[in-house]
Amino acid sequence: MNANQIVPLQALAAAVPDGALLAVPKDSSGVAMAATRALVRRRVRGLHLLCVPTSGLQADLLIGAEAVATIETSAVTLGEFGAAPRFTAALRDGSLRILDSTCPAVYAALQAGEKGIPFIPLRGLIGSDVLRHRHDWKVLDNPFPPGDPIAVLPAIRPDLALFHAPLADRFGNVFVGRNRDLITMAHAAKHTLVTVEEITDDDLLQDAARAGAVLPSLYVTHVAVARRGAWPLALWDLYPDDEATLARYADAARSSDGFAQLLEEWLDAARAVA
Amino acid sequence: MIDYSATELLVAVIARLLHGCRHVAVGAASPIPGAGALLARSLSGGEMRVTVLGSLKNNFFTSGGVELFDLAAEGRIDAFFLGGGQIDGQGNINLVGTGAYPASSVRWPGSFGSAYLYFLVPRVILFREEHTRRVMVPKVDFVSAPGVSEASVHRPGGPHALLTSLGLFSFDRDRRRFRLQSVHPGHSVDEIRDNTAFDFDCPADVPVTRPPEPGLLAAIRGEIRHEIAETYPRFAARLAGA
Repeated sequence: MNANQIVPLQALAAAVPDGALLAVPKDSSGVAMAATRALVRRRVRGLHLLCVPTSGLQADLLIGAEAVATIETSAVTLGEFGAAPRFTAALRDGSLRILDSTCPAVYAALQAGEKGIPFIPLRGLIGSDVLRHRHDWKVLDNPFPPGDPIAVLPAIRPDLALFHAPLADRFGNVFVGRNRDLITMAHAAKHTLVTVEEITDDDLLQDAARAGAVLPSLYVTHVAVARRGAWPLALWDLYPDDEATLARYADAARSSDGFAQLLEEWLDAARAVA
Repeated sequence: MIDYSATELLVAVIARLLHGCRHVAVGAASPIPGAGALLARSLSGGEMRVTVLGSLKNNFFTSGGVELFDLAAEGRIDAFFLGGGQIDGQGNINLVGTGAYPASSVRWPGSFGSAYLYFLVPRVILFREEHTRRVMVPKVDFVSAPGVSEASVHRPGGPHALLTSLGLFSFDRDRRRFRLQSVHPGHSVDEIRDNTAFDFDCPADVPVTRPPEPGLLAAIRGEIRHEIAETYPRFAARLAGA
């Protein structure tokens, strides 16, 4: 393995340059919230945030912290805690550029990225305002039986993919379980940054029962340990959403002052741990 | 006459709409469609498969989020549910926002998979409890997914029904219009007209939506409540209090 693969959280956050095209997963797949707070602490700016295929608290926090120039997503929502307040405020005041997408388009463009092909066709879309506003997407005629219009999307190769998982091994292999989205993201991305609950001495690829659900270290640039690294979001079925904290966020972030206060509190707590 | 709640009526109507499906998928944040699909599965005697996104027990997927969309493209999903902040009389749905895009005056989360699934799943059930003129509009402000397409566009799927807290509509793809099928007990055609800002076909005699039979109600309050609690515990608790 690469000698510098396992790093402290701050070093992992420092590996995300300003302006990066950063791919992050939907809430249920494992969101690297501790790393996200570390990114905000280092005042990252100008991100192109690709949500695979949606996001919630993570996108809202980064937008509120003025870290995001462009968001490409199928949806941003805090789920049962309601609308994402900084996301909606930033769209209203024009400080955020949005590329509205649809879930299968995000997956398909990443799949084109992992195959190294320039574009990929996708059904649906024709006649929607999603397609009309995506000047980077086109409609072609099927070259095989013609008379069959189909949308085509350019491949996406994120600069970085960032997610949180329960376990990595000391060789840099990461257990992703059923969350194959994480593998697609990592295949397409130039670099992948992963935070984990713990690092085992076992070699995950030598365990036949788990090896099929492992992202090999080949794709992984850095791994950092962040215990409860998805907090206040759930990590799979290992720990649940911190509902009180999420409700408090949804309420506080309705105003930019309330958001700033809560963010300060979270960053202070992160500083204390660091 | 057995008492039932408005929610139980909607669950029963959804289960009837799904009759004969082999595989029904239910998206995120959809407790009533989820309960309706699980009820339909129970009525099918095990013939129907149901995938509830967000569930571990009722979820076959092992290939990530893309699997739902690949299954839909292959014709392996017969029914799905979509909603909309706005729905218009041509079956267009808007999940993005009102006013001038992108600085929408009201911004909703986004289109999710609608711009794709609406084209590919044969029986898309539009489900929106709120039935008001701000939802049922003459023309949506943003087309997340169109109700109908040109003949040249590959489109095996589309709107099958529109179910609200007031009534049930079917959709005629050739005429590009909704048709009122039934009015829920306690409501009227006039009330539906007053709360719908688009034109729709309405027969001279509109039947009342059939209430859930005692057997269905017992299933909803027992087995279905238990099954849906895995994904929607708060919703299941409310079902128990019905």
